[in-house]
Order: sequence, then structure tokens, then C-alpha cells
Amino acid sequence: MGRLNPMTMARPVQFNVKNEGGKKVDISQFPGGYQGEGFFAGKMSELVGWGRSNSLWPLPFATSCCGIEFMATMASHYDLARFGSERVGFSPRQCDLLMVMGTIAKKMGPVLKQVYLQMAEPRWVIAVGACASSGGIFDTYSVLQGIDQIIPVDVYVPGCPPRPEAIIDGVMKVQDLVGQESLRRRNSEQYKALMESYGIE
Amino acid sequence: MDLSPEYLQSRLTEKFGDAVTAVDTPYGMFTFEVPKEINLKVLQFLYDDPELQFRFLTDLCAVHYPEKKGRELALVYHLHNMRKNVRIRMKIYTDINQPDVYTATALFSSANWQERETYDFYGINFVGHPNLKRILNVEEMDYFPLRKEYPLEDQTRIDKDDEMFGRG
Repeated sequence: MGRLNPMTMARPVQFNVKNEGGKKVDISQFPGGYQGEGFFAGKMSELVGWGRSNSLWPLPFATSCCGIEFMATMASHYDLARFGSERVGFSPRQCDLLMVMGTIAKKMGPVLKQVYLQMAEPRWVIAVGACASSGGIFDTYSVLQGIDQIIPVDVYVPGCPPRPEAIIDGVMKVQDLVGQESLRRRNSEQYKALMESYGIE
Repeated sequence: MDLSPEYLQSRLTEKFGDAVTAVDTPYGMFTFEVPKEINLKVLQFLYDDPELQFRFLTDLCAVHYPEKKGRELALVYHLHNMRKNVRIRMKIYTDINQPDVYTATALFSSANWQERETYDFYGINFVGHPNLKRILNVEEMDYFPLRKEYPLEDQTRIDKDDEMFGRG
């Protein structure tokens, strides 16, 4: 076997190890501050937000086809790990980001809510796809018409199912929220009122 | 003995007489109707008879016919003779205001969950069932969703008012 010739392949595969051609590679920007020999002074909230937003641990709650798209999103081609979400956790207690992907039947509603309650603050939620966002085509007595009827949602990803790019876009939107979140937000009256509106202590 | 529709009909009328009605063979499947009071007797006969041996309850479901007054709910038993690979269908009808039917759980263990499902969606009360409660829907549900007087759509939504969504 010789080396694969990219020109003869249906879809050329590019190796970015040496970054030939000098393609621009975005890396996360360190938040600004004053620094000098042996010291750094910046805003704590920015530093924490920077750290959190680039190490989100997703908890996939996948019930249907959106979950299949999520598998593609996590796999090597789309590779959500590039955004710091390498580590998919299957224990709610370890995770920051609940990703609800798929139709949630009313009977599953309490289960989803319990999973949410088991996550520690701060926690974020993405509703991936039409079903999780609104019930989708399942306008029927047995299906929850959007998970925001039982838990608060930060980002909605449209699509039926959404492509992996859309899921990545949703995760990046959450990263923006996480990076800019005030450290006091979870203690705010507004946040407490939101939780109370869902009957969550 | 070949379990032809003619043979099955002759055995049933020999045993139950005029109680066996609406005999037909739609799409090659022998089908008949009996009064709901003797559903267990017929099932037991079909089970025990050495020639018939219908010992597998494949399916149990209901149908709602709102226009048939006094016999709105149909209950359909699908039975299977595993040795001869013959399937038959038995129907009983009941009044929707008093949907009491004897349970087949003593005869078929598989009837347990199937009767719970039929109760869940149509509200048929299986007399003698050991654990007759909802199986698929949420327990708080206070109606039987597959009865035709109830709309399919979730009624908590207010954003879909188009008549295409059944809320015109």
C-alpha cells in the first residue's frame, strides 16, 4: 500500500498535522487582563467562564434520530471534542450540559426532570431538534410538547433532525452563554423565580 | 384434521349453536363473533379441544365504533394454533356505557399486559384482571385516548390553532 493520493479520492482528506498551506486555526482566546513579570490581574468571572465554556461535559439524553446525529457530531468527522466537549458523561452528577435529543413522551417527562435535578449547578440545557423543542410532528396526547414545559432550556436547535453542524452551532451558543455568565447569576432573584416557575427548589 | 374455515365453523356451531355469528373469512383468516358473556367459554373450548388447540393469544385489541349503538366497543382476539400454524380471529362487542368483559388472564398469561393496554386506550373493564391499571400512558391521564370522541392532538397547546391541527 502506497500513500493515498488525495487527488484520486472522492472526497479529499486533509491532514492538518503540519498545517500545510497555513490554514487559520482558531483557538480559544484567553480573556484579557493586566499581566507582567510574575502577576496577572483580570476578572474572575471571565477566567471562570473561559474555563467552563471550553470544558463543557455534555450529558446526552438521546431518544431518537437526533441522537444519531449527535453520534456523528461526537465522532471524528465533526468532532465536538474540538470545542472542549471531549468528555461525554453518563452520570448527571458530573455533567454541565444536558443535551436532550429526540421525542420525549409525557411518561418520560418525570425521568428527564429527575436527570436535570441530579445535575449540579451551574447547568445548561440544549433542546436538539423539533421534538425536544416543541413536540415536533408529534402533536399528540402522549408526547410532551417541548421539554421547556418541565425544565428550563438555554438553547434550541431547530431541525428534524438537525445536521451535526447545527448541533455544533447550538453548543457554541451555549459556550457563549457560559463564557459570559455572571458568577452571581445562579443566586439572582430572576433565576430563582425561573426555577420556582418549574417547581424546582 | 385440516383446520379449514368450514371445519372450524362446524365445530363452533356444534358446540355453541346460534351464539356464533358473523362468520367470515376476510383475507383468508377465519373470523367469528360471539356474545361477550361466553368469551371465556369459547376461548377455553378452542384451547382445550384436541383438534383445535388454539393455545397462543397473539393479539388482543379493541376498536371503537361510535355509530353502533349498544355495541360501540369491539374486542378482537387473535388466536394461533402453533402446531398447524393456523390463525383465527374472535370478536366480541360491548356497550360503551358498561364495558365489562371477563379477563382471559387465567387462560393466557400474555393477556395480562394486552388487556392492560386495551384498558389504557379504550377503557374496557376486564373483570377479574389481577392488575388492571394503565401500562403505556401516564397514570394521571383521566380519559381513554383512542375513543373517537377525544381529539388526537395535545390540548395544552395554544400556538397551533390551524384547523389542519384539529383545533379549528
